[in-house]
Amino acid sequence: MTEEELKQLKPAVTVDARGTYCPGPLMELIKEVRQQPVGSVIELISGDAGSAKDVPEWLNKVKQEFLGVIPGDGFWRIFAKKVKDM
Amino acid sequence: MSKRVVIVGGGVGGTIIANLLAKKMRPELKKGEVVIDVISDKPEHFYQPGLLYMLFGLKHHDELVRNEKDLLDPMVELHLHPAVKIDKDKNEVHLKNGVVMKYDILVLATGSRPAPDMIPGLKEGGNWFYELDACMKLRHELVNFKGGKIVLTIGLPHKCPVAPLEVSYMLDEWFRQRGIRDKVDYTYTYPIGRLHGLEPVANFAAKTFPKHGINTETLFNMKEVDVNKKTVTSLEGVSLKYDILITIPPHKGAQVIEDSGLGQNGFVPTDKFTLKMEGSNNIYVVGDTTNLPISKAGSTAHFESDVIVENIASELREGLTPFRYDGKVFCFIETGMTKATYIMFDYNTPPNPVAPSALIHWFKLTYNKVYWLTPMGIL
Repeated sequence: MTEEELKQLKPAVTVDARGTYCPGPLMELIKEVRQQPVGSVIELISGDAGSAKDVPEWLNKVKQEFLGVIPGDGFWRIFAKKVKDM
Repeated sequence: MSKRVVIVGGGVGGTIIANLLAKKMRPELKKGEVVIDVISDKPEHFYQPGLLYMLFGLKHHDELVRNEKDLLDPMVELHLHPAVKIDKDKNEVHLKNGVVMKYDILVLATGSRPAPDMIPGLKEGGNWFYELDACMKLRHELVNFKGGKIVLTIGLPHKCPVAPLEVSYMLDEWFRQRGIRDKVDYTYTYPIGRLHGLEPVANFAAKTFPKHGINTETLFNMKEVDVNKKTVTSLEGVSLKYDILITIPPHKGAQVIEDSGLGQNGFVPTDKFTLKMEGSNNIYVVGDTTNLPISKAGSTAHFESDVIVENIASELREGLTPFRYDGKVFCFIETGMTKATYIMFDYNTPPNPVAPSALIHWFKLTYNKVYWLTPMGIL
């Protein structure tokens, strides 16, 4: 999705993981993808540059949808969609 | 008319807040201007980190419990009836015995608990040490174990994020002491692509696990456990055989939080700085009960409690709540039966584990004995 399209999304949940080292952004995302219903959009705000790479990799591995990322000033807004039960 | 502060939960967070607030507001309590109530569903206060030691026979149940009443300041009222509903619009807590308590300020300190039933087969096939009965069952399994495959799996969310590392290091040494380490094939799994959520701790584990003979499987999130085949399968498509499955189950918050519509899975949306429930001006949330993406640990509850107490006192006296939580967490990490390290971090400072030493291990063992001073508001 384009940045403009991502900005129009209304996430079911937004996890702001900036400044939180433990458990960390990807584990917060995994937790939310597991507990939200199918069809939910989940937004993760991460201050960890690695998240922009880790999150799509994991989503691909478990066959959930990576919608895109909006880079910010020292943080990344990452969007995922739960497309099937897990 | 007196102001009533009601604290739901008699764990470490709820008890510290009650005691510190009672000390801080002693004059107002004596004059009857402020009343502090603690609601708990059980009369005992249990030191949960002691279970890790109980697993190895290093602690006995009696050393890990005290009467909650004995820990509380005499000016705090303890109600031993479970809260069954919280009505935030009417400022009421409903107890199981039918009593309805009105509050001016509410503190939610209801904690979290293992919920192995969230993963098919885990309750039947898994063993965990985060609860007393389960810990004793696993202890018997381990003492009778003659060799084979042990797999450790981790659900999300979970409390005490360093415990999976600690139990792995301790089991390695314990099996060596018993002379059967060469017969034990031990695999540590982790939900993300490294060995711990904290990168410096993950690096520490990556450096030390090989010499402990600990195998690893990362990006492993439990999907199901097949009790008959003795396999645990991940969402990522990996299946591992086990003889003993040790698990840190996924956790849930308290049922009363879910039943009252205050938060999904029992975790309450909370402001990371003020520790107030989102959208509320008179409800504070402490420890495991928050939905904050930070460690669910006793020390987190402890440091948060200091901020919440200052804000409640300030609010009652001046109508101001200027204090902010900085995300501080402190955790000891046992790296075997004789050495330990520790980590300390906050929202702005990442952790950096120091070299393990016997001194830090002894410090932790000492803390295990003097823990009771923490809920009492002394340490």
